[in-house]
Amino acid sequence: MKVLVPVKRVIDYNVKARVKPDQSGVDLSNVKMSMNPFDEIAVEEAVRLKEKGIVTEIVSVSIGPQQAQETLRTSLAMGADRSILIVVDQTVEPLAVAKLLKAVVAAEEPKLVLMGKQAIDDDNNATGQMLAALLGWPQATFASKVEIAGEVATVTREVDGGLQTLSAELPAVVTVDLRLNEPRYASLPNIMKAKKKPIDAKTAADYGVDLTPRLKVSKVAEPPKRGGGIKVADAADLVGKLKNEAGVL
Amino acid sequence: MQTYNAPLRDMRFVLHELHGLEKINAYPKYADFTPDVVDSVLEEASKIATEVLLPTNAVGDQEGCVLENGVVRTPTGFKAAYDLFREGGWSSIAADPEWGGQGMPESVNKMVEEMISAANVAFGLYPGLTGGAIRALKDHGSQELKQRYLPKMVDGTWTGAMCLTEAHCGTDLGLLRTKATPNGDGSYRIDGAKIFISAGEHDLTENIVHLVLAKLPDGPKGVKGISLFLAPKFIPNEDGSLGQRNGVVCTGIEHKMGLKGSATCQLTFEDARGWLVGEPNKGMAAMFTMMNVERLAVGVQGLGINEAAYQSAVAYAKDRLQGRSLAGAKRPDLPADPIIVHPDVRRMLMTMRVYAEGCRAVGGWVAQAMDVAEASEDPIEKQTADDFVALMTPVVKALFTDMGSEASNLAIQIYGGHGYIREHGVEQYVRDARIAQLYEGTNGIQAMDLVGRKVGAHMGRYLRGFFHPIAEFIAANKDDAAVGKMVGKLEQAFGALQLTTGDLVQRSMKDPEEAGAAAVDYLRMLGLVAMGYMFVKSAKIAAEKAPTANGDAGFYEAKQASARFFVDRVLPQATGLFLTLKSGKAAMMAMPEDAF
Ligand SMILES: Cc1cc2nc3c(=O)[nH]c(=O)nc-3n(C[C@H](O)[C@H](O)[C@H](O)COP(=O)(O)OP(=O)(O)OC[C@H]3O[C@@H](n4cnc5c(N)ncnc54)[C@H](O)[C@@H]3O)c2cc1C
Ligand SMILES: Cc1cc2nc3c(=O)[nH]c(=O)nc-3n(C[C@H](O)[C@H](O)[C@H](O)COP(=O)(O)OP(=O)(O)OC[C@H]3O[C@@H](n4cnc5c(N)ncnc54)[C@H](O)[C@@H]3O)c2cc1C
Repeated sequence: MKVLVPVKRVIDYNVKARVKPDQSGVDLSNVKMSMNPFDEIAVEEAVRLKEKGIVTEIVSVSIGPQQAQETLRTSLAMGADRSILIVVDQTVEPLAVAKLLKAVVAAEEPKLVLMGKQAIDDDNNATGQMLAALLGWPQATFASKVEIAGEVATVTREVDGGLQTLSAELPAVVTVDLRLNEPRYASLPNIMKAKKKPIDAKTAADYGVDLTPRLKVSKVAEPPKRGGGIKVADAADLVGKLKNEAGVL
Repeated sequence: MQTYNAPLRDMRFVLHELHGLEKINAYPKYADFTPDVVDSVLEEASKIATEVLLPTNAVGDQEGCVLENGVVRTPTGFKAAYDLFREGGWSSIAADPEWGGQGMPESVNKMVEEMISAANVAFGLYPGLTGGAIRALKDHGSQELKQRYLPKMVDGTWTGAMCLTEAHCGTDLGLLRTKATPNGDGSYRIDGAKIFISAGEHDLTENIVHLVLAKLPDGPKGVKGISLFLAPKFIPNEDGSLGQRNGVVCTGIEHKMGLKGSATCQLTFEDARGWLVGEPNKGMAAMFTMMNVERLAVGVQGLGINEAAYQSAVAYAKDRLQGRSLAGAKRPDLPADPIIVHPDVRRMLMTMRVYAEGCRAVGGWVAQAMDVAEASEDPIEKQTADDFVALMTPVVKALFTDMGSEASNLAIQIYGGHGYIREHGVEQYVRDARIAQLYEGTNGIQAMDLVGRKVGAHMGRYLRGFFHPIAEFIAANKDDAAVGKMVGKLEQAFGALQLTTGDLVQRSMKDPEEAGAAAVDYLRMLGLVAMGYMFVKSAKIAAEKAPTANGDAGFYEAKQASARFFVDRVLPQATGLFLTLKSGKAAMMAMPEDAF
């Protein structure tokens, strides 16, 4: 069974994001970029499925600037077999990504798309759902456990208030949550091998997908600074303040 | 709390921009190590350092190693970290691919070693000593020994230890008493007692391969009668499985100032079976292959701790509020300014910083020469590179570890009284850094190696390989708009070094004690000039690149600021040492021994 794993190059989760002075977006010049942590979990899951003998081939795909090649190399070092890089220099929105991925799915015919539930740069949490809808495939999002038996994926999802278990007939789209697994460190021999694994370079035009943005960013701003807290005398004081000042009770 | 993030940007600068990794990459032997691969390796190594090794550093210091019934227990977390490290292929990073290693160039390996030492130097000794043992065995062992031991040592299933020191002999190995008697079947019986053996016993791996210096019955006296033997803890069977327990036992572990996560063992060899490595009575030569590699690695331990101590100090200096800037309050919104505003705190931070950057640049230079020596087919190029490594090995060992010690002490100073308190984690750096000035040949012995064996060697050939590039650089850049002024100061220090060298060579020919009296100061002087050269060269690159570097301009500006500090505030010490050395040994030896 073939698995497709989309991976995105995003600002590293350790980096404190800074807004550009003109408020047009986040300043990415010379900041550390890494693989979206949710995507790392998706790659890890795919590799584990391969180690279990369920998956035979893992194809990772990234849509982004030329440097996204480094992100793909990371996936190859973790255990993906080959990669596709669709070079796009403009910002891409979830729908455009979903359309491109749909085209990749058509060409590659995977049985499963394993992807992060969201990317930590824009936190949209939309691409997986859109892709499933465009493909007309079942979707199981926020996976904290994935089991594959025959033509069915059984997925435990993290939902408000607990866990939900779904079964989805393959082919399907599964988006993964943080607690699914803990991604491995790439081993030194695998880093070396990754260099020799193929990365197919493509453009959006190769897939005939129009990337024109449909959304307009009005402004990006830092969240307001938090004021200092106060100490309350006792529970009655707290309830009083919640009622009268905060107005939440 | 200790923090450490590998200085990847500076490492990439040293590798790619200052020394040009592409030169190494161009050798067929290193063709796989393209810049992007190397960057991925460094990136992953930095994760291992920060996420796996650093969390075990303070624990290792608090718990130390414990000896119970002849078995040494390493601190909590060491075994798990070692397994992860080993499985990731990091224990074999620089080993020969013929034996299953990754064959990484030293230029890259030294950066990884720096990260390991910064994150947990005590841990680093276990794989570190194995690396040296692999080297000695590969270069001197019989094919049979290599086949039996190397694959498992390279993949980290077994570790190595080097057993030289005995209670009555450390520096002077000619006094060695451990005996080796032929068994008649090609093996030897080894009897004796060793002390201070790092990783001599531990619970990280199923077997330990000891390389032991011992004397054959009819060997010549002194160092010319020492042979090298391999004696494993368990003697492997034909199929590689573990067989009989050998007669080598750990009878005690030392209670040390620092480096507590590393077991420093007393070992008793009693009817232990060993096999000769290399030729009879040529043990010192075989051991030196190992020691040269280890000496460079120990130098890098100093650098790693220097960097870690620097990073802790920076974090504290930005956070600690105390006093007001002499130039007027910088943070009137706060009760006091962060101490980083004070010139004296800057002095300390800058000193630590330039020590780390300068040593990293010099280390990269020497490592590159090691790679050229290893990979080049051109005999002249190879010779030049070998000469340079020979000259610089004692300098890297002593200079880097002296500076590592100084820098970690400065970190305590920046923390004020809090630096003296354990929970802040910086006093551990002082204790851990201290050993690196002692083992693998004390720094005093390194300096004697430099003046006694390297400076005068082959009519000064080693030294010429060092002087020439600096002289050329100075001549070519005297009038450089960006760095001309710095070049002038480098020239001054360089001139002082040349004069001192000539003077020293002449004096020592008449009186060897002159060399001994000058050694340590001379090594420092030469080291400062090497660092100065690296800094001015770096500043030139930075000045060229800064204007078009966009987001990276900050790095290049900082590099120029570091260079300026080094050249203005540290390099002039070379001139002071010129005066010191000019006086010769007289004042040093004048005091009658009875008066002490
Ligand atoms: C934590 C730790 C780990 C160690 N690990 C190992 C190991 O794994 N394997 C191993 O074999 N050994 C190991 N050692 C031993 C170490 O290498 C020796 O301690 C070191 O070589 C110095 O020897 P020494 O202690 O006997 O000092 P000495 O040789 O007694 O030296 C004392 C002082 O005299 C000076 N001195 C001695 N001779 C001369 C001379 N000719 N000229 C000028 N000055 C001189 C020295 O520089 C030093 O300052 C370790 C030691 C420690 C503390
Ligand atoms: C073992 C021990 C015993 C002690 N005993 C006592 C005791 O009995 N009684 C008592 O009252 N205290 C005691 N102390 C506290 C000790 O006197 C303080 O730790 C010391 O004065 C330094 O203050 P600090 O630790 O707050 O460092 P800080 O004042 O925070 O200094 C940190 C660093 O900033 C530098 N710095 C701070 N301000 C300036 C400035 N304006 N200009 C330039 N540099 C500056 C300092 O030189 C230092 O390098 C003890 C401390 C220890 C560790």
